Amino acid sequence: MKGTVITIASGKGGVGKTTIAANIALGLALKGKETVVVDMDIGLRNLDMILGLENRIVYDIINVMENEAKLSQALIRDKRTDKLHFLPASQTKDKTSVKIDRFLEIMDELREKFDYIIIDSPAGIEAGFKTSTLPADKIIVVATPEVSSIRDADRIIGILEANEKRDISLIINRISYKLTKKGDMLSKDDVLQVLSIPLLGIVPENKDILTYTNKGEPSILHQNSITGKAFNNIVCRLLGEKKDFMEIKEEKGILKLLKIFGGTQ
Amino acid sequence: MILDFLLKKKEKSSKVARERLQIVLAHERTLNIPFMENLKKDLLQVIAKYVDIDKENIEVKMNRLDNMEILDINIPIKQR
Repeated sequence: MKGTVITIASGKGGVGKTTIAANIALGLALKGKETVVVDMDIGLRNLDMILGLENRIVYDIINVMENEAKLSQALIRDKRTDKLHFLPASQTKDKTSVKIDRFLEIMDELREKFDYIIIDSPAGIEAGFKTSTLPADKIIVVATPEVSSIRDADRIIGILEANEKRDISLIINRISYKLTKKGDMLSKDDVLQVLSIPLLGIVPENKDILTYTNKGEPSILHQNSITGKAFNNIVCRLLGEKKDFMEIKEEKGILKLLKIFGGTQ
Repeated sequence: MILDFLLKKKEKSSKVARERLQIVLAHERTLNIPFMENLKKDLLQVIAKYVDIDKENIEVKMNRLDNMEILDINIPIKQR
């Protein structure tokens, strides 16, 4: 088996990288792909909380880099599907503990065992980001429709292109129907016009995400939720299926009721 | 006048955001290109051989459009 490495990056922090990494990884696993998701946010780990696996961590990726644990000992199997594994970041060590050559060796080892390796990159443009994108076959840039997020996304796209990374696509997160309609939020098309990289998916702003994050249950487990559908579309596109982009719309009254009972979104 | 005022729509803030981003990114994209300064110097030398150029007001921008990069250089020519 020769797995595909996909790195999730953003430049700016707080735009939803970790949530998106968790949902994509879990989504691929639910579709039967052997998947591992790697937290590279050393010292500020959070993927464990999003996945609801924070109580299962014994060893982390730094332990593996320093040969204090075997890779197989550090990998945590997901409680919902045995197709998903998780390699946690260290919370106590700092970023300087990352050894690039050991990291690349670990990624090569994971390629032998898994179909997909999803790396959750730290924010910023420093070493952590650079290391996380080094082994990537595909890079997914996450941006929200705000000037600071888009500017930072453009910056990392520039850096990635300068490093000969060609397979870069975009997820626009937290699009609000109300604000876009009022003209107070950049629309999907506005963002694409500014960034002009291929669009992989859009995720509407939705309060459900907060509930799911609180519980450690990524939205993709809730296939009827709007964000669950958005993430499912993204996973399908990654697997080569053609899916139309979801329309960001307001739902009201009877239409909303119809939607809840199994309508299409 | 009053009619004008009533008919005039408030400019959408998203449009302002898009335009500001396009301007700032066009500038920042050129900063990431290592050969840009030398390219500018060489180009100016060649063009200055033939026309009198206004070196103070040269604009260099890198734009991206539909996955194509466009190098946009504006060289004003001095009025005689």
